[in-house]
Amino acid sequence: MKAVRAAVALVALAIAPSLLAQGSTADEIAKYRAALQDGNPAELWEGRGEALWKQQRGPKNVSLERCDLGLGAGVVKGAYAQLPRYFADADRVMDLETRLVWCMVTLQGYTEADAKKNPFGNGNDRKSDLEALTAYVTSESRGVKMNVPMRHAKEAEAYRVGEKLFYFRGGTHDFACATCHSEEGKRIRLQDLPDLTTAQGAQKAYTTWPAYRVSQGELRTFEWRLYDCFRQQRFPELVFGSDAAIALTMFLARNANGAPFDAPAIKR
Amino acid sequence: MADPMKIRATTLGDSTEVKVLMSHEMETGQRKDAQGQTIPAWFIQNVIVTWNGRTVLSAQWGTAVSKNPFLSFKFKGGAKGDRIAISWMDNRGDKRTDETVIA
Repeated sequence: MKAVRAAVALVALAIAPSLLAQGSTADEIAKYRAALQDGNPAELWEGRGEALWKQQRGPKNVSLERCDLGLGAGVVKGAYAQLPRYFADADRVMDLETRLVWCMVTLQGYTEADAKKNPFGNGNDRKSDLEALTAYVTSESRGVKMNVPMRHAKEAEAYRVGEKLFYFRGGTHDFACATCHSEEGKRIRLQDLPDLTTAQGAQKAYTTWPAYRVSQGELRTFEWRLYDCFRQQRFPELVFGSDAAIALTMFLARNANGAPFDAPAIKR
Repeated sequence: MADPMKIRATTLGDSTEVKVLMSHEMETGQRKDAQGQTIPAWFIQNVIVTWNGRTVLSAQWGTAVSKNPFLSFKFKGGAKGDRIAISWMDNRGDKRTDETVIA
């Protein structure tokens, strides 16, 4: 009896440390995020984005204040919670970043190449206007429930394509998004990875982008998140504003429906 | 010129809490660029906060302070509507001053 009890105790000891280490790491990262939330530098991007939104720019020297993000010309409040969506004027499903480029072209007179030449900042002197504008627009949806529409046939098509892409295995590592993001409790280094196939996982992930990445000193948008996931999987480069990028965004945004949007956030 | 600071100042009881976000690269001078060249140090050196013109905080900073720094402190005596002004100067001589009123 004594021997059995000792054996049980040993087993318990052997399991406990690894479980404890995992739990406490995630807890500590959560505490770290909470501590940083108060002074989230994403606010600096929001402020710069708001100024850019209202400033008269481009060859036509007009502001973006007449830009229609889906809720009518110039309506920013709550717009991001209903994106991506189908836009009749472009006859295309668009996410926020693509729509911003559209407005910069149609309203401000930029060429498309000019409007999207710098989608992501380099964490240093080269700052991205698109990241700042995205920070501003998304901040105006904080607390608004995700409500991505799927009424138009093209919206349904984008969702289906996005779902296909999510499960599509390929590249040198024979990877898919689903390889890391379809099970509970997976990690990359010390970061817990969300299970994006569950409503809860998709909601938690989608509603916390864009985010200020402390390790990069840069605000990152959801398109950047997808772009970098593709890089990490050794996939071909995900082209900014491409149908593939929008379809994946559509799939994940739609799965996040019902949860209050809570970004720009702060992440490690 | 640097982006504006984000400042919040609130009075609770007899103490006023000031929270400031500054936009600055805060280069340490220890990093190298892609060509292997050292990136020169570039950081905020002096910070001064005044309350209705009276200095309530003055600090000398170095390279150990993070990029896009967040500063939070409390002082006694502030009242709603009082003016808070924050100035910084970096080691290149760049300056920025922003103001707010206590809420």
